[in-house]
Amino acid sequence: MVKLNMVQAINLALREEMEKDPSVVIMGEDVGVDGGVFRVTEGLLDKFGSERVIDTPLAESGIVGTAIGMAIMGLKPVAEIQFEGFSYMTIDQLAAHASRIRYRSRGVYHCPLVIRSPYGGGVRALEHHSEAVATFYIHIPGLKVVMPSSPYDAKGLLLSSIRDPDPVFYFEPKKLYRAFKEEVPEGDYTVPLGAAKKLTEGDDLTLISWGSMVRVCQEALEKVKDISVELIDLRTLSPFDEKTVTESVRKTGRAVVVHEEPRTLGFGAEIIARINEKAFLYLEAPVKRVTGYDVPVPLPKLEDYYLPDAEKVSYAIKEVAEF
Amino acid sequence: MPRQKILEMSVDWLQILDPEGNVDEDLEPALDKETLEKFYRNMVLMRLFDDKALKLQRQGRMLTYGSCLGHEACQIGSVFAMRPEDWFFPYFRQHGAQIARGIPMKFIYMYWMGTEDANMGLAPPNFTVAIPVSTQILHAVGVAWAAKIKKQDIAAAVYFGDGATSEGDFHEGMNFAGVFKTPVVFLCENNQYAISLPREKQTASKTLAQKALAYGFDGIQVDGNDVLAVYSATKEALDKARSGGGPTFIEYFTYRLGAHTTSDDPTKYRENAEVEEWKKKDPVKRFRIYLEKKGIWSQGYEDNLIKECSDLIEKAVEEAEAYTPVVENMFRYVYEEMPPNLKEQMDELMSFIAKKKGE
Repeated sequence: MVKLNMVQAINLALREEMEKDPSVVIMGEDVGVDGGVFRVTEGLLDKFGSERVIDTPLAESGIVGTAIGMAIMGLKPVAEIQFEGFSYMTIDQLAAHASRIRYRSRGVYHCPLVIRSPYGGGVRALEHHSEAVATFYIHIPGLKVVMPSSPYDAKGLLLSSIRDPDPVFYFEPKKLYRAFKEEVPEGDYTVPLGAAKKLTEGDDLTLISWGSMVRVCQEALEKVKDISVELIDLRTLSPFDEKTVTESVRKTGRAVVVHEEPRTLGFGAEIIARINEKAFLYLEAPVKRVTGYDVPVPLPKLEDYYLPDAEKVSYAIKEVAEF
Repeated sequence: MPRQKILEMSVDWLQILDPEGNVDEDLEPALDKETLEKFYRNMVLMRLFDDKALKLQRQGRMLTYGSCLGHEACQIGSVFAMRPEDWFFPYFRQHGAQIARGIPMKFIYMYWMGTEDANMGLAPPNFTVAIPVSTQILHAVGVAWAAKIKKQDIAAAVYFGDGATSEGDFHEGMNFAGVFKTPVVFLCENNQYAISLPREKQTASKTLAQKALAYGFDGIQVDGNDVLAVYSATKEALDKARSGGGPTFIEYFTYRLGAHTTSDDPTKYRENAEVEEWKKKDPVKRFRIYLEKKGIWSQGYEDNLIKECSDLIEKAVEEAEAYTPVVENMFRYVYEEMPPNLKEQMDELMSFIAKKKGE
C-alpha cells in the first residue's frame, strides 16, 4: 500500500470524491492554478477544470457565503480558507447562516458544506498564520468540527465530512502536513465523524488530545514509559465522543487533556465537565490541562514557549500519575 | 424621456516620467535637489533592504518575507507626499514605505525575524503592519474620521494591494469614507497579482480606481513605477483630504517583480516573459536616468550611495539579530493590567523554563 503524507492524503480524498461525485466542487484562494499555498489541491484544476476547482477573489466571507448558496442548490462545496487566522471573516456566514439553515427552515433546506483550513503553530509563520481556533467553531450549534492527526484519518474523515449532510469545519494541522507518511489506501473508506480513537491502551492515566497535539502526546509517552497511558485522539470535536473518554477515565481514574487552543473555554474545559458528570467518583487526581496560554499566539521567537511540547505534557502526566 | 443616461464618469491615468526617463515638463513637480536625492536614496535603500531580507530568509535568519521589489516608486513617492503628522497604515509589503516614514530598519528586520517586540519601535502616527488583507482600511477611515471630529489638520493614508479590493472590509471602508467625507487616502498598490490570482480574475472592473466612483469620490490610476506621478497624485489627494475635500482612491499601477512571499513559487502562475517586460519599466532605473539628466546622478554618486546604504543595512541586521525577546512580554501586553489567570499561566511557564534548565 502506498505511503502518503497528510497533504497527499487529503489531495487523494478530494480527487477520488470528485471523480465519484460530480456535485463536489472546490473553491478558495489560490486553490486552482497554484494548487493551494500548501499544495493540497495540486493537480485538481487540470483534472476537473475551472468550473469545479475555482480560484475565487480574495474574500473569505464571500467564499463561504457563496458556498452556502451552492450547497443549498445541491452542490457539495469544499471551500478552502487559506489560513485559520483569516477564518474569523467566515464566522458570520457559519454561525448565523450555514449552521442554522436546516434548523430554521425546519429541514426544508440543508447545507452540505465543508470548510477546510490549515491551523496551528510550530511552523515559524507570521502573525495570524499560527493559531488554533477550533474553539470558536465548536461553539456554533449546527456545525461539526473535525480535526485529523494522521494521513489515514485525514482521508477517511474528509470523505465523511464531504458526504455529511450538514456543514463541517475540517481543520488540518499544518505542522503535520508533511511531518510523516503512513499507509493510506486508495479507494473508498471512511472514518466516522464523532468517533474518537484509542492510540494506546493503558491503565494508569487517560491522555486526551486532537490534531497536531496528538503527535506531541506520542512524543511525551516516550518520556514516561513507566506509566501506562491510554492516549485518545478525539478526531472530531463536535460532535464529541464522550463515551470513549469517560469510559477510559472510569478505568484509569486519572486524566490529562492537551490542546493547542488557549486554555480558557478551550475544549479541555468541556471534556473535564463531562468527566465530572460521568466519571467524577472514579477520579483519583484532579484532571490537568496542558494548553496554549490565554494570549495571542506569539511570533516564532517565543512560539516554542507558547506551544505545549513533549516536556510540558510529560511533566503533567507525571504530576497527575503521582498525585 | 423615460430612459436616459443619468451618469457618466471617467478615471484619469497619470504618468509624468516614462520608462525611458523622459519627463512631461508640464506635469513635473517642482522639487528641489535635496528632495530628489532623498527620493532616490530611499528607493535605493529600499531595494538593498529587500535584497538583504531575501538573503537572510534563505539562510533561515528571517521568517516568510514578502519582497517589495518593484514597489519602490509607489512607496517612496507616496510617503514623501505625506506630512509627518499624517497617519500611516502599512500592509505587509511596505518595508520601503516604513523606512521612508523613519521607522528604524532594525525594527523592521526584527519584526520579520519573528518578534512583536519590534513594534516597540513604532510611534503614532505610524501604525502596525497589517497581515490580514484589507482590515486596516476600516481603521484608517476611523482615524481620519476622528481627526475630522477633533478638527485636526491631518489625513490618514492606508495602503493595500489589488486583492484587498475584493474583501468586504474594503467596500465598507470606502463607503464610510464617502458618506462621512473622512480625510483619508486609499493607496492601492495594484501589482497585478494576489498570490497567484491575476488582477483580471480579482475583479471584472476595467480599473481598480473606478471603484471609488461608486462610493462618491474620485479615483485615479497612476503609473506606480513613476515616482514623480506617485508623489504628485498622492500629495494632491492628501491636500484635498486635509482641506475638507474628502477621500481619494489612488491605484498605483505596478508589478510585483518578486514572489508573493518566500513561500511562493510564481513560476506556477505567470510567464517569465511577463516579468521581463515589467523589468523594462523599472521604477529605480527611470528615476536614475531623470536624475542623471539633471546632473545629480553619476556612477560615483551611485557607488557612494550603495556603500552608505549597505553599511546602514548591515548595522541594522546586526542590531536586530542581537535582540533577545523577553518571554514575559507574551503575557504582559495582553491587557493593561494582567488578570490572575494570565499571572498564573506566566508563573507556570517561568517555573517550567526553570525546571527544564535545572534538568
